[in-house]
Amino acid sequence: MNELKPTHEFKHKHLLGLADYSEADIRYILDQAKYFREILDRPVPKVPTLRDKTIVNLFYESSTRTRLSFEMAQKRMGADVVNFSRSASSTKKGESLKDTIRNIESMKIDMVVTRHESPGVPHFLTRCVNAAIINAGDGAHEHPTQALLDMFTMQQLFDELKGKKIAIIGDISHSRVVRSNLIGLKKLGAEVTLCGPKTLMPLFVEDLGANISYNLDETLAWCDIAMALRIQLERQDAGLFPSLREYHDKFGIKMPHLEKYPQFTIMHPGPINRGVEMESEVADSDRAVILDQVTNGVAVRMAILYLIAGGSRV
Amino acid sequence: MEKAKILSAKDLNRTYLRFAHQFLEPHDDYSQLAVIGMQTRGVYIAKRVLNIIQKDFYESLNFGVLDVTFYRDDFRTKLKMPDVKVTEIPFDLYGKDIVLVDDVLYTGRTVRSAMDALMAFGRPRSIKFCCMVDRGHRELPIAADYIGTRVPTHRDEEVRVRVQELDGEDAVYVVNNPDNPTFA
Repeated sequence: MNELKPTHEFKHKHLLGLADYSEADIRYILDQAKYFREILDRPVPKVPTLRDKTIVNLFYESSTRTRLSFEMAQKRMGADVVNFSRSASSTKKGESLKDTIRNIESMKIDMVVTRHESPGVPHFLTRCVNAAIINAGDGAHEHPTQALLDMFTMQQLFDELKGKKIAIIGDISHSRVVRSNLIGLKKLGAEVTLCGPKTLMPLFVEDLGANISYNLDETLAWCDIAMALRIQLERQDAGLFPSLREYHDKFGIKMPHLEKYPQFTIMHPGPINRGVEMESEVADSDRAVILDQVTNGVAVRMAILYLIAGGSRV
Repeated sequence: MEKAKILSAKDLNRTYLRFAHQFLEPHDDYSQLAVIGMQTRGVYIAKRVLNIIQKDFYESLNFGVLDVTFYRDDFRTKLKMPDVKVTEIPFDLYGKDIVLVDDVLYTGRTVRSAMDALMAFGRPRSIKFCCMVDRGHRELPIAADYIGTRVPTHRDEEVRVRVQELDGEDAVYVVNNPDNPTFA
C-alpha cells in the first residue's frame, strides 16, 4: 500500500508555464514520461487511465503538431476529447472568450488545453472556470509542453542536462518555445546560447540569463545541441531581415557545418521551412532528432495529462 | 503497533524452489512458458524464481515486468496519482502460458487490472497467478494458483513483504496498526 505514495509530491492544478514549476517538478515529469513512452510501442497502445475525464482542446490559433499530439495523448489515455477551433465556432458571431469557456464548462469538462495568440489567456481562463488548464502556447509567452518534450529528447541523448551546452538559433523575440526552453533548461542546470540576427533578438535579451551570439559558426562550434527555430514567413514583410535567402546564408544550418562540427545534434520544434533554418539534407540527416521530438511529444503530454488529472481532484 | 515475522529468508528460499517446480511442472516445452513480475515487490520474487529456473532447468525462460498503474480502478480514491513504473515485456505474448507473480493477494483488484494490462500486449494462451502471501478479504472472484503461504488477517493489519534489494532483508511481516511511523 505504501508503494502507492508517489516519490515526488506534484501539487500543480494547471500547467500555465514552466516558470511556475520547480526543478524537482520538471525532473519528475521527464522521469514519468519515460514510462508513458513505452505505451506507444505496445501492440494495443491504449490505457484506460483517464476514461472518466473529458478534455476540451480550445485552439484559437492554428496548429498541426501540438493539437494532434495532445489529441493523440488524450485518446491513448482513454479520455473523451472535444475539439474547438476558432473558424468553426461562434467566435465569429462575437462571443467572448469568457462566455465561450463558461458555456463549454457547463457541459461538464475536467480539463482545457488552450492555444491563443494573446499571452496570458491560460491564466485568464483559470479565473473563469474550475477545470484544469494546460497551456499549449500563448502568444510569445510560453509553450511549456514543447519545452518539456525538447528536454525529454535531450535527456535521451545525454541522461543528465547539467552543464550541457544548448544553442537556440533563429527568431528569439517572437518565440514562446525559446522562453519555455530557457526557463526549463536553466532550472536543469544547462547552459544556453541564443543565436540570431540582432533584429530578431528582444530588447534586454541579456537579462534572460543566456549567452548571446550573432555568429552561427561560433555557436555551432560550441554547442552539444543546436535547436533551430522556425522563421515565421510573415516576419520578412515586417522588414526584420532583408530576405529569406540572406537569412539562410547567415543563420541556416548547412551540410558543411555538420562535417566541420561533428559534435552537435539538431533539433527543431517544427514546422520546418526547408532551405531557410536549415538545408533540406540537414533536416533529413542522421544528426537530426526532429521526428523523435514528435514521438516524444505524445509521451510527455500523456505524462502531463496524468499528473494534472491527479492534481485537479485534490 | 506490533509486528510479527511470519516468513524468514530461509522459509522464502524454500518457497521459491517450490514455485520453480510448480511453474515448470505442467509443461513439456518451456519456451511457451513466461513469468511476469508485478511492480514492485512481485518483480523481485519473480526474479528469485527465474534465477532458480535458469540455473537448473531452462536458461532462456521468457521474463517480463508489468506495472498496472494505468489500469487500477482504485487510484481515483487515493489522494495523489501513484508513480508510474517501468513495464517491459520483451517477448510476444501470443499463445504463451503466463504466470503472473505478485507479493500479496488481498482484494484481487491489482490482479484484475494486471489481466487487463496483459491483454493489451497480446492474447496469451493462459494466465496463472502466483503470490507469496494470500491474506484473504477478496472483493472479486479471483483465486491464486500458486501460493507461498495463507495468512488470515484483519483488515486493519498490513502484510509487508521485504526484499533484500529494496529493504535490506528477505522476510514477511504482519503489522498491526500500520499507520504508526516507527516501522517504515
